Amino acid sequence: MTFALYIARDTPLHRIPPAAKLLALVVAGIGVFLIPDPLWLLPLLAAIAVLFVVAQVPLGATARQLKPVAFLLVIIFLAHGAFTSWTLGVLVVLRFLLLLMMALLVSFTTRVSDMIETIETVLRPLANIGLNPAKVSLALSLALRFIPILAEMTHEIREAQRARGLDRNIIAIAVPLLVRTLRLANTLTEAIEARGWDPDPPARIRR
Amino acid sequence: MDTRDIVYVALFAAVVGALGVFPPLTLPLLGVPITAQTLGVMLAGSILGARRGALALLLFLVLVAAGVPILAGGRGGFGVLLGPSGGFLLSWPMAAFAIGWMVERVWGRLNFVKAVTINVIGGILLIYVCGIPWLALVAQVPWDKAFFGSLNFIPGDLIKAGIAAYVAVTVKRAYPLIQPAAVNQE
Repeated sequence: MTFALYIARDTPLHRIPPAAKLLALVVAGIGVFLIPDPLWLLPLLAAIAVLFVVAQVPLGATARQLKPVAFLLVIIFLAHGAFTSWTLGVLVVLRFLLLLMMALLVSFTTRVSDMIETIETVLRPLANIGLNPAKVSLALSLALRFIPILAEMTHEIREAQRARGLDRNIIAIAVPLLVRTLRLANTLTEAIEARGWDPDPPARIRR
Repeated sequence: MDTRDIVYVALFAAVVGALGVFPPLTLPLLGVPITAQTLGVMLAGSILGARRGALALLLFLVLVAAGVPILAGGRGGFGVLLGPSGGFLLSWPMAAFAIGWMVERVWGRLNFVKAVTINVIGGILLIYVCGIPWLALVAQVPWDKAFFGSLNFIPGDLIKAGIAAYVAVTVKRAYPLIQPAAVNQE
């Protein structure tokens, strides 16, 4: 089980700084909605497909991400065909597909750690309105670190409940999972505080 | 927000992620497969309270946006948040906040019926109020079609509201967190 969409390759797309990719994504995302004609979107879709090849993204990874959305897109397309017009349906579905592919490309070619670093940089100015960057960083890295651990814990509990014939009972899994998580949170807090972690270092001390 | 609050927020974001990474669980008796993720939204609100619950879900969405595939079915990335169902996802922090706010109001007298009611209001009604207009506007689907299409998910959501309520009341008995005494321990 991997916990990132990132696909490690050495391509020009991987080397673009994450901030630039995110900015491009925002601009392109707005641009897609300004194009009124589906015919203009098709060459864009082809261009994105070429970028996927350049970034050496395996087809399977893309398919895995697109499959659940494809179902929804088909429904939206059919709804448009039945109630508005097929042209509008094509336009709307192509827009989503483009947006999704562009965002996926960014996710596939950017490390989660780099992305989070960028997010932290973007959030830094918010320190002025009381958002403590140290606290945000702690929360982000803790959550990242503990997703695999909690997934493993869920698996363990499920195995234990299987012995009691309760592995398909969501309540028998959720209650122990939450109690163990809350207990884990206590231990973790004590460990962090014991190491002297302080998000608000005294302002007077300067190095 | 002291260290303990931050740890709760982070671990709950991870719990919601862990719930999504797992294959859909099947309900006892009914055999309906459901993904446990909105269960996590309801539980975050009713176990952590408004502020921490909302922050946990916000953190979860930030991780999704950063490309961690922790949405049900192993999905992730910016695209999902901007897609047709983005409104439902973006409403999760608000839903957790609303649920937490209501639970805080009835904390001493919280029972199963109250918890279900709160989950239905905050965890179903509010999420649909945000998700359906988003679907209608972004996908340009007629409003009534978006509305009736979404109704298909109501039965599953009602079951989840019940499960979340039962779990929340049980966990409250084992580990009450919202009580002022517990919150201000340190």
